[in-house]
Amino acid sequence: MLRGRAFKFGDGISTDHIVPGRLAHLRSNLPELAKHVMEDADPTFAARVKPGGFIVAGRNFGLGSSREHAALVIKLAGVSAVLAQSVARVFFRNAINQGLPVLICDTARIDDGDELAVDLVVGVVNDITNGNKLYFSRIPRVMLGILDEGGLIPYIQKYGDFKL
Amino acid sequence: MCGVGKTLAEKILSVKTGGDVRPGDTIIAGIDLAFVQDTTGPLTIRQFEAAGFTHLAEPQKAALFLDHAAPSPNRGLANDHELLRRFARKTGCLIYDVGEGVCHQIVAESLARPGDVIIGADSHTVTAGGLGAFATGMGSSDTAVAFALGRTWLRVPESVRIEMKGRFSEGVGAKDAILSLIGQIGADGATYQALEFGGDAVAAMSLSSRLTMANMAAEAGAKVGLFPSDEITRDYLAEQGRAEHYRPISPDPDAEYDRVINLDVDSLEPVVARPHAVDNTAPARELKGTKVQQVFIGTCTNGRLEDLAVAAGILKDKKSVVRLIVAPASRRVLLVAIGAGYIQTLVEAGAVVLPPGCGACLGVHQGVLGDGEVCLSTANRNFKGRMGNPESFIYLGSPATAAATAITGEITDPREVI
Ligand code: SF4
Repeated sequence: MLRGRAFKFGDGISTDHIVPGRLAHLRSNLPELAKHVMEDADPTFAARVKPGGFIVAGRNFGLGSSREHAALVIKLAGVSAVLAQSVARVFFRNAINQGLPVLICDTARIDDGDELAVDLVVGVVNDITNGNKLYFSRIPRVMLGILDEGGLIPYIQKYGDFKL
Repeated sequence: MCGVGKTLAEKILSVKTGGDVRPGDTIIAGIDLAFVQDTTGPLTIRQFEAAGFTHLAEPQKAALFLDHAAPSPNRGLANDHELLRRFARKTGCLIYDVGEGVCHQIVAESLARPGDVIIGADSHTVTAGGLGAFATGMGSSDTAVAFALGRTWLRVPESVRIEMKGRFSEGVGAKDAILSLIGQIGADGATYQALEFGGDAVAAMSLSSRLTMANMAAEAGAKVGLFPSDEITRDYLAEQGRAEHYRPISPDPDAEYDRVINLDVDSLEPVVARPHAVDNTAPARELKGTKVQQVFIGTCTNGRLEDLAVAAGILKDKKSVVRLIVAPASRRVLLVAIGAGYIQTLVEAGAVVLPPGCGACLGVHQGVLGDGEVCLSTANRNFKGRMGNPESFIYLGSPATAAATAITGEITDPREVI
């Protein structure tokens, strides 16, 4: 069970919003890079986010570049999951590979600041503030396996190959 | 009715896996090429090492490109370049150092073959779909594992057929076609799907134009953007000195598509994407009066010979009234453009020529915009902050629109100046 506060964002949050290309020189200094997470979407987010918090976005979250740093810094910032109406494919894969759950659900029913509890096993988001229950779409099996191990690298270390 | 025909994506992946794959299947596919560039490569190497790998599955099927921040603008990136060079020495993989050009251009010129499965730690890996390769972007972890195992898992995508009919009129090209399509279907219009381009207009399209359109399949969220492999592909491969890599590939006539979108090429006009989204499109003529301070011609979308030829044709004996930055997509493009006189023409018109590579595209070095400044760029993305400054504005257009805009200093439909 994951628990934390919702931080709301709109549609079309790109990897440039999440970690701008101009910060490429910080990519080998991840803690420093994480201080800039979501900077071009909300410059106050990095300072406000608390461990366990959720990014709650609209459509097509994570579009743009294939930089895995986007998923990585969100995880480093302590975010426990990304909830969105839809997610760009490379970001989706990168997040799972980093052990960051990405849940597709009707985020319009969540307000900024709501307290959420997410049950990954049952597949439900409980919005404690307004009492809504949102069911999210099934994550493909191979990805669930990767998520279970905390990411692709630990998964490969354990199994040595992909298990379909 | 369940047909038996296959789309291009299903055909390539079926041959690859020796099976009969269908959309929605999860498969494990052997990789013909896996590559990284200098901003995603360092994390790839760290993940490769973190997993305990020491050897590549096949060194000749792994490539590193130093193109995004090349030559390096600072110490951090210079050290990243060194990390990549060391990895190449240790593992024996291919490396293309500073000045060779943008990864996707080199992949098209030298590496991709029709029917290949290619993954790259860069979203525009889809560019090689212009040659009929199933080429898709992934992250650093996936690429690290592909380096080591020589395979990856894939979900077989549904396909969307883009039926292109007619002929391009003067001043209108592949960039206008793809911007117009993205404007129509939206930046998430083909998420997880394969875009498959076909129709009589495609049969007449140059390989360079096909690469431009396949490149921007990423901007509709697609997993791949595929063109058939035909005589044009064959001639291109022969020109690049690798005729033996040609293999014809076409979709079955009874292939099943998620949907078919008709793109009437005859009626296309120059299109521009406005800040800060690629699907925020408008006809170039409607943006007349929008002043720009910089024009950028280059990138994996429009930095090829054909693009420089179009720009030089428009700028011949003219002067750019704004900063004009040109970055050829590869050393090969630069050399041929010098031989053909295009570089001379562009420099006489006032252009600054950057080394082959990504140039001003991603805001890590030369060509960063000032606060409030506006750029007309031939790149594929205009997200806020993309060119290094979130207080600036990027419009995307074709090389013809870029050249026309450089002459007038405001966004200009190229048909007004040719
Ligand atoms: S030219 Fe631009 S879009 Fe293409 S690979 Fe380089 S940074 Fe990416």
